[in-house]
Amino acid sequence: MISARELVPGIVAGHKRAIARGLTWIERDHDRGRALVHLLFPRAGGAHIVGVTGAPGVGKSTLVNRLTLTLRSQGRRVGILAVDPSSPFSGGAILGDRIRMQESVMDDGVFMRSLATRGHLGGLSRATFGAVTLLAAAGFDVILIETVGAGQSEVEVMQLAHTTLVVLAPGLGDEIQAIKAGILEIGDAFVVNKADREGADQTARAIRGMLSLSRRDVAWVPPVVKTVAEQGEGIEELVDAVNRHRQYLDESGQWAERRGALALHLIELAMGDWTHRAIAQAQRNVDWSAVMEDVLSGGADVEELARQLLLQALKGRNHEP
Amino acid sequence: MIRVLVAKPGLDGHDRGAKVIARALRDAGMEVVYTGLHQTPEQIVDAVLQEDVDVLALSILSGAHPTLVPRIMELMREHELNDVLVLLGGIIPDDDVEAMIQTGVSRVFGPGTDTKDIIDYIREHVRRDD
Ligand SMILES: Nc1nc2c(ncn2[C@@H]2O[C@H](COP(=O)(O)OP(=O)(O)OP(=O)(O)O)[C@@H](O)[C@H]2O)c(=O)[nH]1
Ligand SMILES: [Mg+2]
Repeated sequence: MISARELVPGIVAGHKRAIARGLTWIERDHDRGRALVHLLFPRAGGAHIVGVTGAPGVGKSTLVNRLTLTLRSQGRRVGILAVDPSSPFSGGAILGDRIRMQESVMDDGVFMRSLATRGHLGGLSRATFGAVTLLAAAGFDVILIETVGAGQSEVEVMQLAHTTLVVLAPGLGDEIQAIKAGILEIGDAFVVNKADREGADQTARAIRGMLSLSRRDVAWVPPVVKTVAEQGEGIEELVDAVNRHRQYLDESGQWAERRGALALHLIELAMGDWTHRAIAQAQRNVDWSAVMEDVLSGGADVEELARQLLLQALKGRNHEP
Repeated sequence: MIRVLVAKPGLDGHDRGAKVIARALRDAGMEVVYTGLHQTPEQIVDAVLQEDVDVLALSILSGAHPTLVPRIMELMREHELNDVLVLLGGIIPDDDVEAMIQTGVSRVFGPGTDTKDIIDYIREHVRRDD
């Protein structure tokens, strides 16, 4: 059995087999996956991480395929992570984003992996964070992350990405949905895809109008780009917007800040994991009937009890179950 | 977690059967990468490599299995993907089954196979434990 340290050279050299195996370790939450991310994190600072989010079926995968082709023509290596939802009933998933990416993924300069959410909320999977670190360390210049097409609340991607693309399609109500879902606030650029359909100009205008009212960062006005991903129209302009945003982050000093913010977010996520494990452990080990008795009789304060159980479960544990 | 690639090599016109299998495997708690119609052997094996799946489930209705399957298995060996369980379904005449097994396919499932049998087979024969 090979160790995390032994896998690192293959990953750094960009060997597909090593990358694929490393991603599997990260997803299956092996000790080795954790060790790998730790080893690779210092090497992972160079990649431009780009999130692609938007409602189901707006054309995110088709767009990722086109973006990849254009980025490749500019000589850049592209890593792709595409997240689809796990079934809350069976825990299984159908990962179908690869269907639309067939043209771009058969290329040594491209690596694409499908991920299932496995219960993680927010549009990503828990493993996405480690997976991005691995792909960045493997030398991919741009990493495209397609979130779950939930249509709302998939805002976690902005914690991970330098640049977040919000994809919409023309049609009555989409703009309203955008405001409701809070995605106006997360987009560094907006894509009106399916611009071959009626109403694209109107949608683009509506987005621009709303942006002018609710801008968070006055120095960067999110561009609104119309595309027909299926035909490859508007892609150069979109890639240009992505590149300009990177340049803007660099020049404004935000590029470096983002990495610090990401490290912080990773720590927060890991604290959440430890808490969940502690809860699971308490659920297994505590004599609940006694506890229940205590609470019902008014003897125990629920808040204090919870604090003590959590501390107990965490104490003396330095590894995962 | 068992990961499966359901792939349709060749020029088959429809993928209803493959989708039925994909859904059944999902409902059995597996993660199923589905890549759509008209896949070349090269595309399929590249997807197996990148997705690092435990199982490759091929569905072929067109009768092209005598050329497609040996090519896929050859590429699998070239990439040292020997621990991947390969299953074949679709329309495979009884007379061809032995030849398919010879190429390295683990099991051929004929038309009308109960999806439960496929699920059980996968659970019992997946070679890679976590
Ligand atoms: N008319 C038109 N259709 C498009 C365009 N781009 C994509 N589509 C179609 O829209 C459908 C959905 O495309 P996907 O790329 O799978 O969309 P998605 O957002 O990735 O979907 P999910 O991952 O399921 O959320 C497909 O049938 C595409 O062919 C476009 O520019 N114009
Ligand atoms: Mg998609």
